[in-house]
Amino acid sequence: MSQGDFEGYGGRHVPEPLLEPLEQLADAYDDVSATDEFQTELRDLLEEFAGRPTPIYYARNLSERYGVDIYLKREDLLHGGAHKINNVLGQGLLAKKAGRERLIAETGAGQHGVATAMVGALLDLETEIYMGKKDVERQEMNVFRMRLMGADVNEVTRGDAGLADAVDAALEDFAENVEDTHYLVGSVVGPDPFPRMVRDFQSVIGEEAREQMKAKTGELPDAAVACVGGGSNAIGLFHAFRDDDVAFYGAEGGGEGTDSKRHAAPLSSGDDEVLHGMKTRVIDEDVEVHSVSAGLDYPGVGPEHAMFDAVGRCEYTGITDDEALAAFRELSETEGIIPALESSHGVARALQLADDGEHDTILVNLSGRGDKDMETAAATFDL
Amino acid sequence: MNTDSEIERAIRENHPALITYLTAGDPSLEETKAYVEALDRGGADLIELGLPFSEPIAEGPTIQAAINRALEAGTTPERFFELVDDLEVEAPLLVMTYYNMILQYGSGAEPRSAERDATEPQNGPDPEPFVERAAETGLAGIIVPDLPAEEAAPLRAACDERGLDLVFIVAPTTNGERLDRIMSQASGFAYVQARLGTTGARADVSSATHDSLARLEEYDVPKAVGFGVSEGEHAREIVEAGADGVIVGSALIDIVAESETPVADLEAKACELKGGAERGANAPEPEQP
Repeated sequence: MSQGDFEGYGGRHVPEPLLEPLEQLADAYDDVSATDEFQTELRDLLEEFAGRPTPIYYARNLSERYGVDIYLKREDLLHGGAHKINNVLGQGLLAKKAGRERLIAETGAGQHGVATAMVGALLDLETEIYMGKKDVERQEMNVFRMRLMGADVNEVTRGDAGLADAVDAALEDFAENVEDTHYLVGSVVGPDPFPRMVRDFQSVIGEEAREQMKAKTGELPDAAVACVGGGSNAIGLFHAFRDDDVAFYGAEGGGEGTDSKRHAAPLSSGDDEVLHGMKTRVIDEDVEVHSVSAGLDYPGVGPEHAMFDAVGRCEYTGITDDEALAAFRELSETEGIIPALESSHGVARALQLADDGEHDTILVNLSGRGDKDMETAAATFDL
Repeated sequence: MNTDSEIERAIRENHPALITYLTAGDPSLEETKAYVEALDRGGADLIELGLPFSEPIAEGPTIQAAINRALEAGTTPERFFELVDDLEVEAPLLVMTYYNMILQYGSGAEPRSAERDATEPQNGPDPEPFVERAAETGLAGIIVPDLPAEEAAPLRAACDERGLDLVFIVAPTTNGERLDRIMSQASGFAYVQARLGTTGARADVSSATHDSLARLEEYDVPKAVGFGVSEGEHAREIVEAGADGVIVGSALIDIVAESETPVADLEAKACELKGGAERGANAPEPEQP
């Protein structure tokens, strides 16, 4: 039987030297994460360090405009400005309990690198972040943040000096230093146990939202909507509702359109492949991976989403760059909340659904805030 | 399991065996053909050919660069198979590639030929078409660095049906139950990874090699050691430690990338490595480390 099997997706497609460490990590995760001590410590950190619980906000102006009730789960209010902190706290604590001395991570735009640097500082773990040289130049502020918190930023110059090359370099480091190093994967991707482990750490989003919706409205929402790159914020929102009568919608990075040659929407337009240690859906070979938001700029997707798509539990749609930018502006103007460009894809999808009128209550995961996207916004809207 | 293994025979009959790796299509398939023939002349007993994949997560920078060059040169699975078909060398040939390449070949993404494609239904990813084509071209075995033993059953079955060996990698971190699971599926030889990390030429022979060979002693399949082997002296040490063969890759890729006279240099390197291995076999009984 395969490990981490999501109806045939997932698994551990990695070189032999990584298998034993992954098995150890899975064992440590199963043993440690279930203990009261771990859960209590993690809960305290999520509350006191990260700022949980986050509220749900009834988007009054949007709701009035569209004639349906739209609720936002405010993950943008967390420390660091996005849901990423839920996962890094969980994995960081696990690494510490498992006796690891060192954290490594790859980062594209720098968000996951900054989150990892935070937890490295918090838990006193040596932290090294792999980042393509091109990204280092483009995301200088995030590099400064990481360094300020004590992380080493390793500029990767090989290949295209981008995210994929940073992943390669981080994997090499992990393969050589498995004995004392934890590779802190940033989304529900990669070999088992990462997809299920990251999902569990992000599930706090949906667990809170489910209770909050019941308390606020007396019932569950009709639909839950989130953006999907690797897919951790979406899985985190969906998981608590998976057995409920709640429709799921995933908004992929549609780039220039899912029928174009530039997008990041493998579930809308892609095939089954093996990539980065997992079997999942991947964009076609002749498509250049592209999204206006760096966080969705990934050729694959978490295997659990591939399963949700295959069994029809969630409907995935590509949201184009233009649609996402329009939603970015609309939410900013109507509610006074600037969403991350990633999250704007989810907002755009929610507004499409609101237009369709099929659902009366729509819950959207506002997975991050848009401060980091102001340069794009300024250029796009001529601010 | 493959009971009449061409690979196992090649290793046993040429003991201690030299196994060489090159990325096919680096820098072109025509040149690869000349290089493979040079290695064969120089004394290689088995030749691994890498079928390039864009996300080679087991490889260090040297082989990654070779893979990039091969991809840029337009190396596709079909052109790879044509090269293999074309090669006339004494040493049996193995293909080393990533599981995605094998699955994609079966999904119709790269049709084998028009007439076959039209008549066969496409049932999603399946390793069978790749193995069938590999067998047709005379390949003797397959190595898939990102295919764990737990996921290998479909490929193992397809290889058994066509009489191909499926070679597995044993790492310094592989032991106990995992080692049993791997060795119960392995055929041809056990690819002993000499150290943690990715491929690449290193300056010394790891002490992990001795430990790994000791752990494998009870299994009745030839053991070949790779990762970091670059000189005849390494080959000697490895064979002296009890290996049945040595595997060399990155050091040959360096020659391909840098030499002005790669054909002559590859032949000479193969000769040096084979000589080193033979010195190791003629040495007195190894001392236990």
